[in-house]
Amino acid sequence: MLDMIVSPVSLGLLFAFFGVGMVGSLLLRKKDEIANAWSNVWVVLGSIWGMLLALGVLINGSTISSQLQFSTFTQLSMNVQVDRLSAFFILIISLVALFASIYGMGYVKEYYKKYSIGAFGFFYNAFIFGMLLVVTASNGLLFMFAWEIMSLASYFLVIFDKDNRDSIKSGYLYFIMTHIGAMFILFAIFLLYKYTGSFDFTVIKQQFSTIPQLVQYSVIGLTFVGLGVKAGIIPFHVWLPSAHPAAPSHVSGLMSGVMIKTAIYMMVRFYLDMFSPIPVGFGIVVLIIGAISAVLGVLYSLTEHDIKRLLAYSSIENIGIILLAIGSALIFSALGYHDLMLFALVAALLHSLNHALFKSLLFFGSGSIIQSTHSRNIEKYGGLIKAMPLTAVLFLVGSMSIAALPPFNGFMSEWLTFQSLFGGVQIHSGYVVWVFVFGAGILALVSGLSLAAFVGAFGSTFLARPRSENAKHAKESSGWMIAGMTGLAVLCLAAGVWSGEIVSKVKEVASAVTSTDFSLSLPNVGTSAISDVAGKATISAPLILILSIGTVAVIWLLVRYGVYSKQRVRVDKTWDCGTDLNGRMEITDSSFAHSLIRIFKRVLRPTNQYDVVAEDKPINKYALPKSRTILLDIKDVYYGYIYMPIYKAILAFSQYIKAIQSGSVNLYVLYMFAILIITLVVGV
Amino acid sequence: MQDYIIYAVQVVLVPVMSPLLVGIINKLKAKIQRRQGPSIFQQYRNIWKLLHKDEVISSDASWITRVAPYLIFAVTVVVGISIPLFSSALTLPTGEILTVVYLLAIGTFFMALLGMDAGGAFGGFGSSREVTVSALAEGVLIFSFLPLVLIAGSTNLSNIVQTVAANYSYSIAPIILAFSGFMVALLAETKRFPFDNPDTHLELTMIHEAMIIECSGKRLAMMEWAAANKLFIFSALAVTMFFPIGVAADLSTVSIIVGIVSLLVKVLLVGVFIAILESTIAKFRIFKLPDLLLTAFIINIVALGLML
Repeated sequence: MLDMIVSPVSLGLLFAFFGVGMVGSLLLRKKDEIANAWSNVWVVLGSIWGMLLALGVLINGSTISSQLQFSTFTQLSMNVQVDRLSAFFILIISLVALFASIYGMGYVKEYYKKYSIGAFGFFYNAFIFGMLLVVTASNGLLFMFAWEIMSLASYFLVIFDKDNRDSIKSGYLYFIMTHIGAMFILFAIFLLYKYTGSFDFTVIKQQFSTIPQLVQYSVIGLTFVGLGVKAGIIPFHVWLPSAHPAAPSHVSGLMSGVMIKTAIYMMVRFYLDMFSPIPVGFGIVVLIIGAISAVLGVLYSLTEHDIKRLLAYSSIENIGIILLAIGSALIFSALGYHDLMLFALVAALLHSLNHALFKSLLFFGSGSIIQSTHSRNIEKYGGLIKAMPLTAVLFLVGSMSIAALPPFNGFMSEWLTFQSLFGGVQIHSGYVVWVFVFGAGILALVSGLSLAAFVGAFGSTFLARPRSENAKHAKESSGWMIAGMTGLAVLCLAAGVWSGEIVSKVKEVASAVTSTDFSLSLPNVGTSAISDVAGKATISAPLILILSIGTVAVIWLLVRYGVYSKQRVRVDKTWDCGTDLNGRMEITDSSFAHSLIRIFKRVLRPTNQYDVVAEDKPINKYALPKSRTILLDIKDVYYGYIYMPIYKAILAFSQYIKAIQSGSVNLYVLYMFAILIITLVVGV
Repeated sequence: MQDYIIYAVQVVLVPVMSPLLVGIINKLKAKIQRRQGPSIFQQYRNIWKLLHKDEVISSDASWITRVAPYLIFAVTVVVGISIPLFSSALTLPTGEILTVVYLLAIGTFFMALLGMDAGGAFGGFGSSREVTVSALAEGVLIFSFLPLVLIAGSTNLSNIVQTVAANYSYSIAPIILAFSGFMVALLAETKRFPFDNPDTHLELTMIHEAMIIECSGKRLAMMEWAAANKLFIFSALAVTMFFPIGVAADLSTVSIIVGIVSLLVKVLLVGVFIAILESTIAKFRIFKLPDLLLTAFIINIVALGLML
């Protein structure tokens, strides 16, 4: 049975599922219901197949590889390979895609009769197809091809709400940024081709150490920038907070939860598998950039009132946390601490899985809220826990996971990340230790701030009283949507409780990637506990769960029935100091985060604009003004200090270069001739 | 049989002794202010009284208000079971620095939600300040343990207690520095001066008291008791982790009794320190607090620098 699943044929079948989904949705585009059902059913089938395939590879440990050679394009071989690392990411993609499609069955109904559902189904299937191809491609050109399918399909999903000018604008920014990133990667792949003579990843892996050092460094740098754009690390993140929210919510969940992880996959593939040796300095750079992304990501998510932008910024934060772990793994690998490297890589991979689960859950939750309140502004919510009790519980599970509260899954991977940074603090290698101290400090700050951000988000969305008419009349979302979210919420808890077993599987993935002996670290990993590298500190999620639930139950029984069981509970108005409480008196998201914003004002640069409109005819100098407006905002430092200067420089350069554009054909022929001569001279 | 008794003592020690600690602090503060003050057992009477009262719950509140007080109390009990109190030989896998910090974070999370749940103007601001202070204090808390982690080579609390006791003279300076950093985190996490005034509901000073303003009856008792537990837990951590003198290394009767007595004496000293501190300094402005926490963080870094 396993051998049948773990075979090139079944891999081909996996892609065929999405292919059928793509073509079928287009053919059935006349009927919205059928097109939607068709596209989602094929994604569901494909995802289940993908999960079986991935689990087969993970359990079996064998590698699927297949090649398809074209006689005309000798270099573009359809060279796909599924090893444990690929299988792990196929599993992540399939898990989220499965629940996204179940959720999508209900969610897409909003767009019936408005936009073409068939086209949506086409791009939706193509998007997942592209992601799966990215994590299986084992050839540079095929990989770039897959990367483009993924980017273009997601671009069309971002601009799906095409009547909205904002989403067109966000899509445009996304399009530009993602292609700048792709150019960097493409350049690196061509460099590799020049020096190794092949696009094949296995050949590149064998020959990487033979190419000149300067080229090695350029390749590492170029790929990191290129992948960094896709992963959304700061300062290349500008597209992410606008593009992810613009897409329909289940696609946002896929983009934030899964698509940015393909960049993480490529980083692990490049830096820990293919490119070796990696200089220690690069690991330090990755760690520091990860730390900066994490802390800035969470600070910006605190300032957001747009629920989906908040979640998008928090994705930047989590990518930062993953990079903290990957950076540590790279440093450990360069310094020769193989057990710690394995540990840090496990942390990175586990956090990739966990973040995919809770972030897509939260995006789906936000989609449900947006559908029933018709607003993305948290200030317009409030009190939704009464109208949408199920969504509230599910969103709470997501918030607790992302705030790293035990026994949910976010805690487990953050624990591992902490432990690998602590492990780094304990190595005796001079200044590098301080990099780990810095990383650990940032991680501690970040986890505290993300708790603050999600208390604020959950509290001002679901608790207290509604702050708008739409929030008052909100309704619980449809069964499909609840089902999709419930699946992910259960997985968030399950991935926390069974983290011991998951870690032992992820450890096999990590040791296969880095070709290290996996008996090295995590000695006491059992079915119910994870331990640190030294094996002294352990955590056991089942124990935490049982202990907490047991204690709550015992205490509740004792207090409720043991002492004064005749107690009466009366429901009455909140104490209001003698006024009538209304929705405007409770705390809102912006005031909730305001003290933290003030504390970090050097980083966030909050701006306050006061606008006072005076009375037309002031009676005396003390007359009250007609109206006052206060606009609290955050200055976008990246546009101001990074992107605008680049834009202006390009513009100035273009002005300068305009001089040679005379419009005369003869002159252009002369240019071509000159270039030809120069090329020939340089070439010879 | 004896082992079961010791385990039972470990389970109930924190909830049983914590109201007494708060009572002693209040009594001492009253004495310093030349007042008679309530009896040191007043907290037990308060909790007992509140447990026998009817409750009022806001009509705007959700199930969060109903569940959170029990959950917050339970979390402090679980942490109380997990940490080494009087013996480092009692170990649970939850007795680990990060687990303890994040278990307590569950309490912070639900307490902040509870503050927002009733929709009053006070509760929300309390929540906002609570998450602000605890977000910044978390780094200080974890980093004050880091020198100890370096000594022990692990984050396991029992392990730390054992190794710190063995290597005491060797690294006394970093331990003292890290301890002072921890004390700042203690004041921040337990909402004492100069972070919060535990005695009043005055608008300008309140963090903890603002969040529980809508609680009454049994739920208020749970919240007050949980706050006392948290104070006891942090005091116990301060004295057993940084000064593990007298902590039993085995489960023999003599060493356990020595362990319990020395724990209570040392926690009492922390209580005296808090009482004197609260009588001599004023509460800080809320935007001065980050400076204090940053100072504590830097002290911890210095302690770490001495170790490396």
